[in-house]
Amino acid sequence: MMGRLPIAKMLAATIALTVAISAVMLPIDWNGQGASTAAPKIDQLLSVMIVLSAFVFSLVMVMLGYALWKFKAKPGDESDGEPIHGNTRLEIAWTVIPTVIVLFGAGYSWAVLNDIEESTKDSMTVDVFSQQFAWSFGYPGKGNAYSEGELHVPLDRQVHFKMHSLDVIHSFWVPEWRIKKDNVPGITTTAIVTPDKPGAYQLVCTELCGFGHSTMRAKVIVEPPAKFREWVAGLKETVPDAYLETIKQDTETDPIGLGAGGA
Amino acid sequence: MVAAIKQPGWIRGALGAALGAALGFALVIVLREISGLPTFQTEQTGYPHVVVPLVTGPLGFLLGFGCFDYWLRWAVGQPTIPEDHSQHGAHSWKDYFRFNTDHKVIGIQYVVTTFFFFFVGGLMAMLIRAELAQPGTQIVDAATYNSLFSTHAVLMIFVFVIPVFAGLANYVLPLMIGAPDMAFPRLNALSFWMLPIAGLLFIGSFLAPGGAFDTGWTGYAPLSTGAPLGQSFFNLGVQFAGASSIATALNFLVTIITMRAPGMTFWRMPLLVWANLSTSLLVVAATPFIAGVQFMVLFDRALGTQFFEPLGGGDVVSYQHIFWFYSHPAVYIMMLPGFGIISEVISTHARKPIFGYRLMALALIGIVVLSYSVWAHHMFVAGMFSWLRVPMMITTLLIAVPTGIKIFSWLGTLYFGKIHTYSTAMLFALAFIVTFTIGGISGVMLGMVPIDIHVSDTYFIVAHIHFVLFGGSVFTIFAGVYHWFPKMTGRMYDEKLGRVHFWGTLFGTWLTFIPMHWVGMDGMPRRVADYATQFGEWNLLISFGAFILGACQLVFLYNMVVSWRYGPRAEANPWRAKTIEWQVSSPPPVFNFDEIPRVVGGPYEFGVPGARHAIMAGDSAEAPAPAPAQTTTVASP
Repeated sequence: MMGRLPIAKMLAATIALTVAISAVMLPIDWNGQGASTAAPKIDQLLSVMIVLSAFVFSLVMVMLGYALWKFKAKPGDESDGEPIHGNTRLEIAWTVIPTVIVLFGAGYSWAVLNDIEESTKDSMTVDVFSQQFAWSFGYPGKGNAYSEGELHVPLDRQVHFKMHSLDVIHSFWVPEWRIKKDNVPGITTTAIVTPDKPGAYQLVCTELCGFGHSTMRAKVIVEPPAKFREWVAGLKETVPDAYLETIKQDTETDPIGLGAGGA
Repeated sequence: MVAAIKQPGWIRGALGAALGAALGFALVIVLREISGLPTFQTEQTGYPHVVVPLVTGPLGFLLGFGCFDYWLRWAVGQPTIPEDHSQHGAHSWKDYFRFNTDHKVIGIQYVVTTFFFFFVGGLMAMLIRAELAQPGTQIVDAATYNSLFSTHAVLMIFVFVIPVFAGLANYVLPLMIGAPDMAFPRLNALSFWMLPIAGLLFIGSFLAPGGAFDTGWTGYAPLSTGAPLGQSFFNLGVQFAGASSIATALNFLVTIITMRAPGMTFWRMPLLVWANLSTSLLVVAATPFIAGVQFMVLFDRALGTQFFEPLGGGDVVSYQHIFWFYSHPAVYIMMLPGFGIISEVISTHARKPIFGYRLMALALIGIVVLSYSVWAHHMFVAGMFSWLRVPMMITTLLIAVPTGIKIFSWLGTLYFGKIHTYSTAMLFALAFIVTFTIGGISGVMLGMVPIDIHVSDTYFIVAHIHFVLFGGSVFTIFAGVYHWFPKMTGRMYDEKLGRVHFWGTLFGTWLTFIPMHWVGMDGMPRRVADYATQFGEWNLLISFGAFILGACQLVFLYNMVVSWRYGPRAEANPWRAKTIEWQVSSPPPVFNFDEIPRVVGGPYEFGVPGARHAIMAGDSAEAPAPAPAQTTTVASP
């Protein structure tokens, strides 16, 4: 049966289409600018997936296109097609090959996940407090210095963000960092980020939290360590006692390891 | 008048609703008086004098309308009214507004009702896109916006996509397996009548103080446990929709297992029957979880339980675990029946047996099994234990395998066939393969934890779910409605208008939902009433696409309504299909078959010389034996 199909030509068309789609899609910066050590790794995973997806999509399009071109009934043709009920080898192939592809994707993703969540020794901790509809930040290593609506972090140093919520669920997302984590009442969640490009960014709430959800933003500044130290030293306020109380009451979701394998 | 009150029907139903609501109201007031509490509790999460009547009113309506008459008589030992089948069939449009136990009438009741909610939900989508066409606030304020997208999603999911499949299958499935009706016709009718109640509760929440529920269709605690009264309407609406869904699934299971015609072995069942068997297995086991979790939210709100209140020892993340343990399988509840429809349409219009029929059936079962083990992929950033992410990622990606099998087998079915594209149903089926592939691809990307961490809760998600739910499920629904329209109405629809609807819908779907991927990856979160100005132009384009999409649905509506009334009479089998529903008249006789058909072969034996699927009463007696050599799998390429 397959002997009657121009398999080589169809494969060539699939590869040509894959190359064409990839050539158009890969140069585009889909996720926007990257500003953390995790960003290029996640972007590269995305690029690999774009090529694989382009292949799968092209394969489906070529198979569909050829069928519609070749096997379309002539006007007035009332006859039936050939009584082919299946092909065991082909069916095994399209079970096994996709399995291999997705398992490769899973393995690759797992490696990237472990990589971007690996903890370094000189990391610093920042407390993130969220409430309807505002963000504030505490620096436990700096005498619980406290900042409302503006987050500063030093360049090239890993930060462990400890997320706290004072009311409903919020979610911490800086698109340029590619990192997101929910702030959940009752528990402390953690996100690990190593910012590697100085600049001003926006912290966006991505979990629906009420009528002010779309306005729940904060300014993020990544700056050289010396400038950061200066900024923290200039903070007048300290974290309110009520907030420190909630930190104590909350349970830590991942007390041991954050890596995908740890627990 | 007295007779009207005694008879089941609308008058007694309205009376029942009023009495039920009054009883519930009185119960609350009396209990509060006895307990020395203030008569009316109007904290926004409370309002017991509204919440309780929302339960007792609909139950009163169902009682009055006659949904329980037979069972109640039986239970109290009164002589039951013998089933004289007067409730079967529909002779005028009025018969569709009665408690009717005919699966064909119920099927049409379902489809029409659910499409009503489709258009209401669609209008909400138009409002949403009008607001989002430009940055800033133009049409609705942020709170109303949140209500709109929440209600849009809930209407589309709970009272359109899930039940419209139940409606189509209700009509077609008993005919397909050669059964005179569903196994439990009275339960079937009850299932249907719970559905409009659910829809009206969802829409009615706009009348509640504080506005309609505004916490998304996901209703995450603790936002939902503290939300205004409208949230309780949602909690209760889900109970009615869920009960309807569970009862129908049980009905399908029993019907499929026990009522197949002689000779209809499992391996001779049409794939639509397989698909509904699989779906029903998901519904009966998964739906109780969402019913349970919405009760927990309601109890947190109204009774002060603290399931999701951390200060009371509750656990916020557990809401999401229970919710998604239903709501991920629900995605397949909204897709598997569509897979069944596509198999019927493609095989018929390509004049070819389904390629790899058994693997197609097994892939459905594979999806059922896997779909119970992937729910936490909705929670990769939710703060659950992080070790759970990797196994859930692996199962999530693996579910692409049985889904891929289905795509490739449909494509294989086209090869060496005689593909006819004159039917709008076939156009939708072919387009479904393309759009669903794109939705599947973005689904695989979302399954990968590092990518998901970035795009979770952004417009990328909105794009993905609309590609699989609109480009996927809704395309299959259109395919199914066009395919069985002649059977259900006895009339042909207009293919020209069908083509306008098809091309407009395809173009609108792509124009609306493809750019959503881009703005999501680039930083636009979802569920926002306003957004950064940098996304303005893309959003204008998206809204433009959405309006095209919306306008095309009016063509569909016009085509369906006018063709149902004035379309040319349909033959019994206009598509020359092999399955049993096409071997009876259009529309079928009240009791489907004069004599139960005898099944002698597979359902898709196109081009097999002498092969038949079923022998109907009145067919010539000699049953040609199917030629075994040609029905087996071709051994080698």
